[in-house]
Amino acid sequence: MSIAVTTQIICFSVLSLVVIIGALGVILLENIVYSAFLLGGVFMSVAGLYLLLNASFVAAAQVLVYVGAVNVLIIFAIMLVNKKEDLKAIENIKSRRIISTSICLTLLSLLIRVDLSNTWGLAEPNASIGEESTIRIGEHLFSDYLLPFEVASVLLLMAMIGAIVLARRDVMNEDISTGLPVDQELIEKPNEPLLIKKN
Amino acid sequence: MNLESIPLQAFLIVSSVLFCIGIWGLLNSRNAVRVLMSIELMLNAVNINLMAFSSYVDNNLIQGQVFTIFVITVAAAEAAVGLAILLSLYRNRVTVDMESFNLLKW
Repeated sequence: MSIAVTTQIICFSVLSLVVIIGALGVILLENIVYSAFLLGGVFMSVAGLYLLLNASFVAAAQVLVYVGAVNVLIIFAIMLVNKKEDLKAIENIKSRRIISTSICLTLLSLLIRVDLSNTWGLAEPNASIGEESTIRIGEHLFSDYLLPFEVASVLLLMAMIGAIVLARRDVMNEDISTGLPVDQELIEKPNEPLLIKKN
Repeated sequence: MNLESIPLQAFLIVSSVLFCIGIWGLLNSRNAVRVLMSIELMLNAVNINLMAFSSYVDNNLIQGQVFTIFVITVAAAEAAVGLAILLSLYRNRVTVDMESFNLLKW
């Protein structure tokens, strides 16, 4: 990329700060709507990191798919299941928190140690294809990655049909007692919650 | 210190931190939607790793970018199916509390 190194470092620092603070906000904020919007910010900053790595096509795909599809889907899910409920307290929450936090910190220290101590086999910077990466991705997708590309399309079709089947609600076509057709309102039919009275 | 560009390790550390934040959220969230968000965070951390390696180690044949595109595809499918499962779970249980989904617990 033809930007000066100082500018790159400033951009990288700002973007990674936004990524990390936004991710902390996603998991720590009480209100889940704020979490969803912060998640969109994290996705945008990750797209910015991709731009710093000379990958304009993947950055565009990230913005389109993650911010445009996944994040909107999550906001819709929040809208559909948003109900204030007072959660029951867990009795041994403190020990659980301690165990999970120590696991995460151990994993983090291990990963950072590997990141810093390993000697990575870096390539020559002047062999880089730079801005031509979109062309190279197209060549890959239609030659040596053709089979995964086609399988991905089948996977997306399966996911679409599966999501429709899973999220569809059952509505009654006709009234049980009178046999007359019922107008299908948007209100869900009052069904007995299954499996809720266990024990 | 005279840097020629951003070191590879900086990207790796950012992705490590993001991955661990995702795991913490996965283990500690009680809202099922937040668990799905944590999974998305972890997938993004993996994507940053792949992109950094493809730019620094394999900068001519950028296979890491192709892998990232496949990961993005699978993540979109996973989010759609996961949220559909969540909706039908909410319809049966009338809650999104992870602690109440204990049907398979013995």
